[in-house]
Amino acid sequence: MAGVAGVNDFQWCFSQVKGAIDEDVAEADIISTVEFNHSGELLATGDKGGRVVIFQHEQECKNRPNLRGEYNVYSTFQSHEPEFDYLKSLEIEEKINKIRWLPQQNSAHFLLSTNDKTIKLWKIGERDKRAEGYNLKDEDGRLRDPFRITSLRVPVLMPMDLMVEASPRRVFANAHTYHINSISVNSDHQTYLSADDLRINLWHLEITDRSFNIVDIKPANMEELTEVITAAECHPNQCNVFVYSSSKGTIRLCDMRTAALCDSHTKFFEEPEDPSSRSFFSEIISSISDVKFSHSGRYMMTRDYLSVKVWDLNMENRPVETYQVHEYLRSKLCSLYENDCIFDKFECCWNGSDSAIMTGSYNNFFRMFDRNTRKDITLEASRESSKPRATLKPRKVSTGGKRKKDEISVDSLDFNKKILHTAWHPKENVIAVAATNNLYIFQDKIN
Amino acid sequence: MRYSYQRRTCAIARAKMFPKGTKRKFSDSREEPVAGGEDVNQSSLAAVRMLSSYSLQRQSLLDMSLIKLQLCHMLVEPNLCRSVLIANTVRQIQEEMTQDGTWQIMTQALSAANAAAQCSADRLVATEVLCRQTEAAQGEQVPKPFPVVGSEGCPAEEVLEEEEEAAAAEVGMTMSTVSPQAPTSYLPGTFGMDPCWEEEETGEDDDDDDEEEEEDSEECGSGSEGEERERDSLVEDTRTAEQVFGTFEIKNPAPSPDPALEELFSDVDASYYDLDTVLTGMQSVPKMGPYDLLESLSSHGPSPLSSSTSCRSDLNELDHIMEIIVGS
Repeated sequence: MAGVAGVNDFQWCFSQVKGAIDEDVAEADIISTVEFNHSGELLATGDKGGRVVIFQHEQECKNRPNLRGEYNVYSTFQSHEPEFDYLKSLEIEEKINKIRWLPQQNSAHFLLSTNDKTIKLWKIGERDKRAEGYNLKDEDGRLRDPFRITSLRVPVLMPMDLMVEASPRRVFANAHTYHINSISVNSDHQTYLSADDLRINLWHLEITDRSFNIVDIKPANMEELTEVITAAECHPNQCNVFVYSSSKGTIRLCDMRTAALCDSHTKFFEEPEDPSSRSFFSEIISSISDVKFSHSGRYMMTRDYLSVKVWDLNMENRPVETYQVHEYLRSKLCSLYENDCIFDKFECCWNGSDSAIMTGSYNNFFRMFDRNTRKDITLEASRESSKPRATLKPRKVSTGGKRKKDEISVDSLDFNKKILHTAWHPKENVIAVAATNNLYIFQDKIN
Repeated sequence: MRYSYQRRTCAIARAKMFPKGTKRKFSDSREEPVAGGEDVNQSSLAAVRMLSSYSLQRQSLLDMSLIKLQLCHMLVEPNLCRSVLIANTVRQIQEEMTQDGTWQIMTQALSAANAAAQCSADRLVATEVLCRQTEAAQGEQVPKPFPVVGSEGCPAEEVLEEEEEAAAAEVGMTMSTVSPQAPTSYLPGTFGMDPCWEEEETGEDDDDDDEEEEEDSEECGSGSEGEERERDSLVEDTRTAEQVFGTFEIKNPAPSPDPALEELFSDVDASYYDLDTVLTGMQSVPKMGPYDLLESLSSHGPSPLSSSTSCRSDLNELDHIMEIIVGS
């Protein structure tokens, strides 16, 4: 991978788009999470209809050595169904909030998928052989008349068309009173954490009827509630460390060795507020929507409404880097509050070498920042720029004054086209961008 | 709108124009000419206009936030994070308004309008509730001209318990308690077991069913006579408006007009409710917002009709209350 090249040195090209082209988007088809597995071979998406679709990277085509292989559908299954909470007379959405892959340990693949209340462990396995020549039953499965069996034979494994089966292996339910916003597999490969608005639970992958509550910020009087948990993640290589972010723009790092209940943090990350920019919306836009450790484990990245911040775990009082995603929206906060867009939860992701970060914006724009060169680029996921191997053209939003050609003005932005979920291949320059019901895959042109 | 910019400029203008402690008239925000002894020179007028504009914007932000908290016609539990952020914003505005005196003016205006419209004190609950928020936050003596619509029959502690222990889910209370019009919607005399409430009942444990019903009656019963009495006397309500989060608890809305029932069940203790399952639930009914500011007070008072019937009327009521709040 090009570690030295900056984001502007990449030539991002359109590779594929998955999903219907219709203008009328069915609510159930809206993609709600995107995640590559640890090798990058598989790409999973979850949608509001509770379905999981897994794409597999095909081997490179020999005819076109410049092109990386494509991602094709590998498996589709219904992970969660809508439920009804009879006690509260409320529906429980089947929307998949998060998918997290387990590290691969054998030929099968495992992933955790969660909706608001229940986490499920799915096994995705391949079957390409079938046993033939049973003694007691026919090829179509009918039982043979035992009196007509005159000889014994050993069943033989015969090749068959590849079948990919997804089966639920564990269901982790009834542990969350509030809506689950995060799940994160621990580096010990045995435990994982799940976080809702007020609590974080630690599970063992094998045990479904119990979980440890390790963080509980529910106040004794719900009246006093002013802060909720917005995201949580396990450290990539220290299995005793995890972080969780809050709606007040703070991040707490906890060490599970210190106490059974990690209500008191080990580290507390908060940037002091700039008093000159204080407004009624300051708290809302400081609410952190996503937190991600770097692959190295030395940094973490947080996404709030207008910016992405990179924190050094050794420095709590301010981030080491801050990137403005769409600062031009700062003057529109009241309108965005009115139409609820201010509550949109954008995610962010690192590239494999931690040299670049990516996050989404409105109008189907997404942004990439190079940490070394400090350059940034805005790209668009749209059908118009979806010609095979077409290089994506950088986009620009004009921030007032004269609008140059090819620039788009802030008032023309489509706030219904939001890119909340993006994913970066762990090893290569391949990115997946979810735009409502479409999944775009872009690749860097191999030189 | 440029809040931060205007805030800065307004702060400067304010410092020049009004010495500390001087109350600005509510009419300022209505763009009427400033009366009183201030110097009406050019810069003052400009500052006043800017202040008025800021106040208007702040007021509209407050109204918008209240609507957001209440308009949750959803079958799914509303987003807790969003609700917390909106409630914090409301609190912030209300603190600022209390600091510069607009809060008291607004509540007085509402009270006058209320008396004129012969409306239930429920509407004022909104301001009352927010007033109490300030009081809790700042320890100020905020004037409380409006009695809390509470259960006359219950001692304060029990009221607190009920509130905290999710005694009732108000259905449709949100809108109706805000609106001054259509008193029939929330007069305690109107009896209607809304379907959602019944649905909720069936979902509860059998043990709790009886107690819930008792509690409903208790709450409702307090309404009819309680309301008049409460208008005259200030009910000591220890609950703060922070109880908006109490709305996350399941509440029993059923209004009952029977005072006899109220007496019968007046000493029901709600502490048997399982805190975790009940308290942490969001509003169970589509009509209910997660933060029912008004509901937190009126839950001990008259409860309105079932949501299904008051859906449309709620929206009308909302418009009406918005008009009054904005002072148009």
